[in-house]
Amino acid sequence: MTHATLDQIAYARSGDKGEGSNVGVIARSEAAYRFLRDVLTEEVVQEHFKGINHGGVRRFEAPNMGVLNFLLEDSLGGGGSASLKTDAQGKTHGLALLRMEMDIPDEVLQSVES
Amino acid sequence: MPPDPHPLRAMKSKDKVLIANGQGFWGDSILGPVRLIEEGPLDYLTLDYLAEVTMSIMQKLKTRDPSKGYATDFVTLLDRVLPKAMEKGVKIVANAGGVNPMACKDAVLEVVRKHGLEGVKVAVVEGDDILGELDGLMQGGEAFTNMDTGDPLAPVRNQVTSANVYLGAFPIAEALNQGADIVITGRGTDPGLVIGPLIHEFGWTEADLDQLAAGTVAGHILECGAQCTGGNYTDWKSIENMAMIGYPIVEAGSDGTFTVTKHEGTGGRVSRDTVVHQLSYEMGDPANYITPDVVADFTSFQIDDEGNDRVRISGVKGAPATPTYKVSMSFQDGWKSVGQLTISGPDALAKARLASEIVWDRLKYDGFEYAAEERLVEFVGANVCHEGVAVPGSDEPSEVVLRLGVKGPDRAKVNRFGSELVPLVTSGPPGVTGFAGGRPKATEIIGYWPALLDKTKVRSTVSVHELQPGGPS
Repeated sequence: MTHATLDQIAYARSGDKGEGSNVGVIARSEAAYRFLRDVLTEEVVQEHFKGINHGGVRRFEAPNMGVLNFLLEDSLGGGGSASLKTDAQGKTHGLALLRMEMDIPDEVLQSVES
Repeated sequence: MPPDPHPLRAMKSKDKVLIANGQGFWGDSILGPVRLIEEGPLDYLTLDYLAEVTMSIMQKLKTRDPSKGYATDFVTLLDRVLPKAMEKGVKIVANAGGVNPMACKDAVLEVVRKHGLEGVKVAVVEGDDILGELDGLMQGGEAFTNMDTGDPLAPVRNQVTSANVYLGAFPIAEALNQGADIVITGRGTDPGLVIGPLIHEFGWTEADLDQLAAGTVAGHILECGAQCTGGNYTDWKSIENMAMIGYPIVEAGSDGTFTVTKHEGTGGRVSRDTVVHQLSYEMGDPANYITPDVVADFTSFQIDDEGNDRVRISGVKGAPATPTYKVSMSFQDGWKSVGQLTISGPDALAKARLASEIVWDRLKYDGFEYAAEERLVEFVGANVCHEGVAVPGSDEPSEVVLRLGVKGPDRAKVNRFGSELVPLVTSGPPGVTGFAGGRPKATEIIGYWPALLDKTKVRSTVSVHELQPGGPS
């Protein structure tokens, strides 16, 4: 096990979806996807975004892409043009998720080394 | 062999069609489509100019001036690329019509005339604008219930400023079937701009669900321009020549299989990872990606990175479309104002906190109080974007405000600068935001120039004009 940040084993892309944001987490390998499918739960993501998201979190799986897709349901301070926030579209929420610290098995870390 | 049920298929000689997207949103860089026309082979150039808020702005412009209400950027672009596009046989499909596609058509025909390209056919797709029919529809029993909140429309009906249906791809295909070189639409789905040409080329029907779903996936990959070719990519340090990033192209076949690529020699990268970045963007439930033409399953397909900036997608599955159109409405929901100050150290953060308290206290003294949810305080540079997330004690600031400016005697040149900031959201490094103010515009610099002139050299006159038909006033 190595203590590291999520960006070591995943990419991310985010944007707005109504009054919330859509955060796609893209595993850097199949082993990373299997590991993240177990540890990156709705509850873990909810806790990570407690300073940003005031609603629920929903997760969808797309194994063909190695993607775990999260909807943060109230993370924009009001949707679209009603938001006063700098990041009114949740464009940076993907990078915020990649800052999550976790214990990553060594074989998962090795699987993403190219 | 039985006769082909779709006679158009037999008419087509091409087995591959090249479709590009040169505009990811209203405000994207003009260089995307200009370079797509110039730098390699292409059959169709699609351009997406519309977002939800755009329709409302355009409606406001049209109310003030009946000849406005469309994306004038499109006309500017055509003035620059139309001769070359027509010479190469590139057809153009754009949702530039906004709430006034006929006025957009008139402006486009003016460009056609200017360049002596008589014979160019411009088609217009209409019917998405339901603002005029809204009351009748509501009297007929339509509640227009808010999909997010569940609220009925009636209490805010009088604040509605635009109402548009997201049309599908078949009207675009019909326009192309009738020989259009340029197709102008109002509100439609973004992927529809890509599916329309595919339906036209391959003769797909409403029953070709897997093909329509494949077109939907292709359209989703293309719809944000350079976001699938290395723009807004997590490993931004690995992307070469982002300044000259290539905008995306799909090479599609009649069975729905397609390859994502970009023109040779352009910057950026097309790889499995850059494409999947975009596939996950605003994806929602991947197994049920709903469009008016088909429900696409984003968990169904295979992705193969073939190298050399080529990624192949195959095996997309689709299910029958739902019986409804999505309606996009905008309504007057109040007012807002945001301003910005820069405060230096020492004690920058403490002084910024004090400054914000001073503002609220003075407003309160004068009778203006704002509830917590009605006001915003952000200390940009002190972890605004990732509140509660970023690592404390980091050497690097959590974010920085980028401030750029230009000046000079040429207004057009100064304005041109402002068009290259917002595009960085989709075609630059990741984590770029805070663009809500839109393009910065040139404002006048007021200079002082004292001088003297003899009184006898000056003579004042007053005259009145009437508009003359067929000539200048």
